[in-house]
Amino acid sequence: MAEARRVLIVGAGPAGVAAAAVLAAHRQRPFLIDEGHAPGGQVYRRASAPVALDIKALFGSQVGKYERLHATFAGLAGSVEHRPRTLAWAVHERAVHTLAEGKAEVHPYDALILATGATDRLLPVPGWTLPGAYALGGAQTLLKDQGCLIGRRVVFCGSSPLLHLVALQYQAAGGEVAAVVDTTTTGAKLAAAPVLAANGFATLLRGLSYMAALRCKGVRIHHGTRLVAIEGETHVTGLRFRDRRGNEHRVEADAVAIGFGLRAETQLAELGGARLRYDSVFRQWLPDVDADGRCAPGLYAAGDGCAIGGADAAEESGQLAAYAALADLGIAAPNARMARLRAHVARLRRFQRGLAKAFDWPHSWPMDMPDQVILCRCENVTLGEVRATLREDIPPADVNRAKAFTRCGMGRCQGRFCGLALGELMAAETGTAHERTGWLRAQAPVKPVPVSTAFPS
Amino acid sequence: MTTRLRTEVAIIGGGLMGSWTAYFLRRRGLSVALIDKGEIGAQSSGVNFGNLRLQGRHPGQIPLALRADAVWDRIVEHLGEACEFERGGHLYLAFDEAQMAKLGHMAEDMFRCGVPVKLLGAAGLRARWPWLGAGVAGASWSARDATANPRLVTPAVARAARRLGAEILSGTRVSAFAKDGERFRLATDRDLEIESDALVNTAGAWGPQIATVFGESAPVFAAGPPQFVTEPLPYFIGPSVQAADGRVIFRQVRRGNVVVAGYPRGASDPVANRAPVDPARTLAAMQSLVEAVPRLAGTSVIRVWSGIEGYLPDMLPVIGVSRTTRGLLHAFGFCGHGFQLGPGVGLTLAELLVDGGTSIPLSDFDIGRFAGEVAHDERLSREFDSASLAATGWSAAGKATLP
Repeated sequence: MAEARRVLIVGAGPAGVAAAAVLAAHRQRPFLIDEGHAPGGQVYRRASAPVALDIKALFGSQVGKYERLHATFAGLAGSVEHRPRTLAWAVHERAVHTLAEGKAEVHPYDALILATGATDRLLPVPGWTLPGAYALGGAQTLLKDQGCLIGRRVVFCGSSPLLHLVALQYQAAGGEVAAVVDTTTTGAKLAAAPVLAANGFATLLRGLSYMAALRCKGVRIHHGTRLVAIEGETHVTGLRFRDRRGNEHRVEADAVAIGFGLRAETQLAELGGARLRYDSVFRQWLPDVDADGRCAPGLYAAGDGCAIGGADAAEESGQLAAYAALADLGIAAPNARMARLRAHVARLRRFQRGLAKAFDWPHSWPMDMPDQVILCRCENVTLGEVRATLREDIPPADVNRAKAFTRCGMGRCQGRFCGLALGELMAAETGTAHERTGWLRAQAPVKPVPVSTAFPS
Repeated sequence: MTTRLRTEVAIIGGGLMGSWTAYFLRRRGLSVALIDKGEIGAQSSGVNFGNLRLQGRHPGQIPLALRADAVWDRIVEHLGEACEFERGGHLYLAFDEAQMAKLGHMAEDMFRCGVPVKLLGAAGLRARWPWLGAGVAGASWSARDATANPRLVTPAVARAARRLGAEILSGTRVSAFAKDGERFRLATDRDLEIESDALVNTAGAWGPQIATVFGESAPVFAAGPPQFVTEPLPYFIGPSVQAADGRVIFRQVRRGNVVVAGYPRGASDPVANRAPVDPARTLAAMQSLVEAVPRLAGTSVIRVWSGIEGYLPDMLPVIGVSRTTRGLLHAFGFCGHGFQLGPGVGLTLAELLVDGGTSIPLSDFDIGRFAGEVAHDERLSREFDSASLAATGWSAAGKATLP
């Protein structure tokens, strides 16, 4: 046998675990780096606290997939080098730089599979930085990880298929759902229905069943709304919104979960040499990959970090990326199986593109929000400050210049949560195409690294 | 249809040098077009550390630096905004007696040039700045040194120049040069032709490309120091601080973040327009930072960047008139210390163009100096990694040869 190849995977969600399983089956010993304490990623997250969570109630019809992922991973014991609680903070010259327990390490690779997933896509709304206002995914993570709810009476708002699922999960866990305030219209959902039905009929039915179950339990679901403000002085007290006729409503709540779909975590791919390309449906920059996930020499991307596609697509694209890496390392990969996976992943991603239209990102909203609303919560930069820069002589031409002039996106999160809204604001205010405002270029560290970090030995 | 622009002076390179030159030329009444292939102040002018340091400069640069300093003093009058300009002072830290002795010589040089620098022993130093690490043996202190925010300064200078009537042409790449009698003719990638009486080359790391067109050259090498910034902390540092051996430089901005740069510098790529930072360098600079300020060990680094700066083997810039072409001026290759000099360079180039001469001595910066043998500065081996130096093609014998 040839010298052992170093295959690294970043992320132990469905894409990363599936990739690890394929590599292990081909007698490779992948190195699996993950920030989490246990595999599962966001979607199949395992509770970290010793809480008695009812997994069946929480995962519903998806409990089988949850159990399968964790069983798959348990079966890999001994054939995968798992590094939990480890941050991959940089990729440079074919090596991944990690940080765990205050120590930095460098891991050179022959192949690197990035399964970095996605986070909530957020949009500035008056009051969105108040205590009690959570990202939708964050609200779900608290529940899965700690068995906690973000409040006693929660309103779910934004535009995401997850709105209804998380609302149901909160209700099953004993929370009160004040309302679901969906910003997309029923018309948009109906228009997307044929694409959804053609590419994922069962998933479509499952989504509809969530809505029906919520209605059954007496939860009000509002469609086609505009969010006016998350209210409260020191903590959330409610949400104000307009219905599609323009009438204003107020919902009392002590917490708000807000989300507008997902944004891919692409920074490591960019640092590893991937080119980013603009996706006009998701209105974000994604790694430019081939059908198997290749994006640069020795670099592969899978799952939501590469193309928003959901957990099933993540799993299968993880397998594909692993086969592609094997093939490129000169290890025969099953061609027929790869062809089937490609077709299936493509179909699942078509479904997600349909979902992106059904649950449209209201990209022009930042333009309509008042000046005093905070756009960058790390650096406390308001919409008004960015607008003032755009009106100056020699205005910024792209988001990186806007960042340089205003500090928007310069803080702890490195623009991961404000960058898309910043681009949309610039595009809408100046009448340029969103694509032309660019993306905030990635630099290491992708997440903060302590100054006291010990040197690699 | 191609538009023709007729101007007295065309400036190529919309960085700090080009923008200040445009500003002062307008104040002297000449018509000016400032041309940049990208954005104004986006390269090393916009991403440098932000030091406006006087102490430790090459003595031959001090007249120019003092002239610049007088402009910085009145930055609000010139630009209408302060760009976070602040006279917080600058410390060079010595970690042993040999370094302290060097600082002593430097202080004497500075005194002769009219820049007061005070030497401080360990006790006096710690009494004033008690957060300094135990390894610091002494320091030199220049109270007059300052800092400003480089992200804001160059666009502000270009705006001020535009208010005075300068033509600012960003996103414009000059694709061909010609000199036709007394006139320069520049073709661009934008259906725009520019005709000028004088041409100023302030193109930074790209400066030699323009010089070459006119039969001149300078062995510029593009590099950048790894720079990073911590999360914001309560303000406590005050001055800008630099280890005498160059391993770390830091300052705290009023917002609270500590901005850090550390050597060795690494190569950057002016063709792909990229300046990647090796994470190992970031970690090394973090360690040096904690040695200088132990209490920063508890904070986190949130962002890293570098830039594309032009360096020359003697660590001095090219400033002055062309040796081959009447009406052509150069100012590039500032070796990572041009931020402070910017307004002085702008004033001086404006004098050269309007008055035909200047009282500022420029002979050390003549582009012709590379025709013969040029000594390597001792800082090269200290402040650059060997891999990036090897990439320069400068000979190892300590003599520069033209590429």
